[in-house]
Amino acid sequence: MPTNDPPSRRVVITGAGWVTPLGRDINEVWSKLLNAQSAVAPISRFDASTYATNFAAEVKDFDEAQFDSTDHKSAGRSTRFALAATDDAWKNAKLDTNPIDPSRIGIYTGAGEGSPDYDPYLRATIGAWDHDARSFNSATWGAQALATMSAAPEIEQEPQLTNLHIARRFRVTGPSLNCMTACAASTQAIGEAAEIIRRGDADAMIAGGAHSMIHILGITGFVRLTAMSTRRDDPATASRPFDVSREGFVMGEGAGIVILESLESAQKRGAPILAELAGFGSTADAYRITDIHPDGKGGAGAMARALQQAGISPDDTDDQGRPLVHWINAHGTGTQENDKTESAGVKSVFKANATKIPFSSVKSMLGHLIQAAGAVELITCLKAIETGIIPPTANLKDPDPACGLDHVPTTPRDTNPQGGIKVTLSNSFGFGGQNDCVCLTRFEP
Amino acid sequence: MKRSVVITGLGPICSIASDAPSFQIAVSSAQRSITPIESFDPSAFRAQLAGQVTEPNIRDMVPKPYRKATKVMARDTELAVIAAKAAADDAGLKTRGSEDDDSGFTIDPARSGCNIGAGLIACDTAELSRAVATAANDDGSFSDSKWGTIEPGSAGMNNLPPLWLLKYLPNMLACHVTIIHGLEGPSNTIMGAEAGALLSIGESMRIIERDDADLCFAGGAESRVNPHGLLRWELSDKLATATTADDPADSCKPYDPSSQGCFLGEAGGMLVIEEATHAQNRNARVYATLAGFAATQSLTPALPIFDDEPTDSDEGLERAITNALKDANLTPGDIDIVYPLAVGIPELDAREAGAIESALGPRADQIPWITLTDKVGNTLAAHGAIAAAAAALALSSQTIPDSPTRSPSNPPNELRNALVCTPSLAGQCAALVLSR
Repeated sequence: MPTNDPPSRRVVITGAGWVTPLGRDINEVWSKLLNAQSAVAPISRFDASTYATNFAAEVKDFDEAQFDSTDHKSAGRSTRFALAATDDAWKNAKLDTNPIDPSRIGIYTGAGEGSPDYDPYLRATIGAWDHDARSFNSATWGAQALATMSAAPEIEQEPQLTNLHIARRFRVTGPSLNCMTACAASTQAIGEAAEIIRRGDADAMIAGGAHSMIHILGITGFVRLTAMSTRRDDPATASRPFDVSREGFVMGEGAGIVILESLESAQKRGAPILAELAGFGSTADAYRITDIHPDGKGGAGAMARALQQAGISPDDTDDQGRPLVHWINAHGTGTQENDKTESAGVKSVFKANATKIPFSSVKSMLGHLIQAAGAVELITCLKAIETGIIPPTANLKDPDPACGLDHVPTTPRDTNPQGGIKVTLSNSFGFGGQNDCVCLTRFEP
Repeated sequence: MKRSVVITGLGPICSIASDAPSFQIAVSSAQRSITPIESFDPSAFRAQLAGQVTEPNIRDMVPKPYRKATKVMARDTELAVIAAKAAADDAGLKTRGSEDDDSGFTIDPARSGCNIGAGLIACDTAELSRAVATAANDDGSFSDSKWGTIEPGSAGMNNLPPLWLLKYLPNMLACHVTIIHGLEGPSNTIMGAEAGALLSIGESMRIIERDDADLCFAGGAESRVNPHGLLRWELSDKLATATTADDPADSCKPYDPSSQGCFLGEAGGMLVIEEATHAQNRNARVYATLAGFAATQSLTPALPIFDDEPTDSDEGLERAITNALKDANLTPGDIDIVYPLAVGIPELDAREAGAIESALGPRADQIPWITLTDKVGNTLAAHGAIAAAAAALALSSQTIPDSPTRSPSNPPNELRNALVCTPSLAGQCAALVLSR
């Protein structure tokens, strides 16, 4: 087993920003979450009326055009989400007034691919099908695509363009990485970004994720996988993690960005310290591309390693008999398999303590933001630490005994009488078996 | 004490090589393989040549029970899986991917990681074409309502296979490799265009240094030798234009102002890297030590979406090299050979050369520069691993390859340290220092 070395440098969070299906203002979105408000509704971005899943949690009232007259005029939708979230996090961290050497600020995102310029793309693709020969004609496709598609939308689909736009907007030039580990991506990005600061390769990192798969082929892909809920008659209740009647996740979109910083840099600048990033764990299931290991051992390994790095024992309790972890933000997608195996993983890590730890999923309200999910959910952990309140799992009427944990159904929980929230875990598990977990702690000097 | 990380296995699968031994021969004799595109008719495009991998076949590179899963692999994933198998074999590793019986593995799954650079995977245009043709309006545009399948009798999107999406998720490269070889440690998929593999190797090195793993499969794989991949690059105007009648050597010429651009190359590059005592304990052959790594972001990659003035330097790349040397506790005078990207686009080559010259000072003119892009195409996410494999072979065999792209009058007598560095499409830069 790895040694539990004291980390070479402590890493804290000094700023946060997000663009979510429930809005952009952090406190406003937080109060909606505590009210169990759902952002899920019929898809408006294209005509999905005949799709088996015709609803999603879309970002509404977001002014994409705000970037049109800037350096980012060709940026795709999810990159614009990321820029807005970074604007807020940057200000929040007082980086506009109390700066850091920009070469010591890096970027680590789990930023998803952009979406195609559908009209010319699908016209060319339809036109290249030779009905008589029943075959695809690549010369026809190439000629039409070259004539009708343009460079900028194609370039902007490259996932690393999100990093480049952020870098140019804030003139930061430190280490720049983008990981695409599907639903685990932005938790992994934040965890690895913290490691970059710990080892001294940067003093601060813009870390998080952005993604929108609410477009024709994005929705198509998940409809074909039968991974999404098809509760067409009642979209607002479709995302119901841990409920016996759950039947798939609901797609969301958005971005979440945090500013990670070495403690000494944050203190030197007089930046607000929102929490400490105390631990990170990352594993692979190495099991199957379509299924999670039934024991949930990959997720369990990630949680155990994050706790170990944070120096927190999963078996211990405090003087009041309360476990040391006060909330686990579940990956909690609302698929039969995820919720069961994730719960099994929690039980294997926390044993007797498992049922005493609140374990809820905000995907019940925000949907699943795919690559952006982990970052947005980590910001809910910041709010939980700040307020002592745990957001509920909405739509959870009939908890599945096969999950069997403390799922905080439908109403939030105030932990202040027990001393509030000092330690949170946030889980994100990717399709194909990548598992990541980040442990935040209330900052204590 | 800082844990030391060494390279023990090479899987450089590209147009000139199907395994480590053939790669060594091809690289040391400066072979080139840029050939007419065979997998589809490229006649609509100005660039009709590419670096192509013809062997080995994916089915021969996975355990028999896994052959069925090759049907859901994009070409990029096939190349990653092939390269990983080649690297594991070259490292003398016994994993569940190398043996049909499951006994006697030489790796501890929980302590073995996998970080692979990947690119934006283009979906199979032919497969999509057949499917979307069933959902066309009379004017040739796409009909969402015909595509959806809620109405009885509509086939629409059901013409795509159920696992269609899984073929194109970039993390599938690492997923298949982790499943095949049983790697349960940290696993990542890093997107960085030409910098993807170097970033993945560097991050793997850090994961081993910080004691989260003892061994990692690290590298990258990508194939843009498909209609959409070629289209994306042709729209960006970065490709050399050559048809079957032309000699590729006349079109893509690193550091030559008359060069037209690059060719695309498909490749999978994978290294097995290990903590030094882990390698020693299993008597592994060590090619080289990973001595230093750094990554940066350059703000002005020459992309047509920005209104930047052209520049002849790349501050980001220069700083990546300087920081990697610092990380290795070395100075420019310690570097004896350099492996740049050199895509063959004159303005990009000039910027890159300028950055290397600024970072290395006079040393830049005293050492050979070895380029691979002109020989195997721009292999994008695989590039850094292919170049690092070449550097590792040069160091272990103490041989300077034939015909360096830039050759000093007095080549060094010995090769102590090699620099592998690259800029990239979106400005991510990475530099890696390898030591004998």
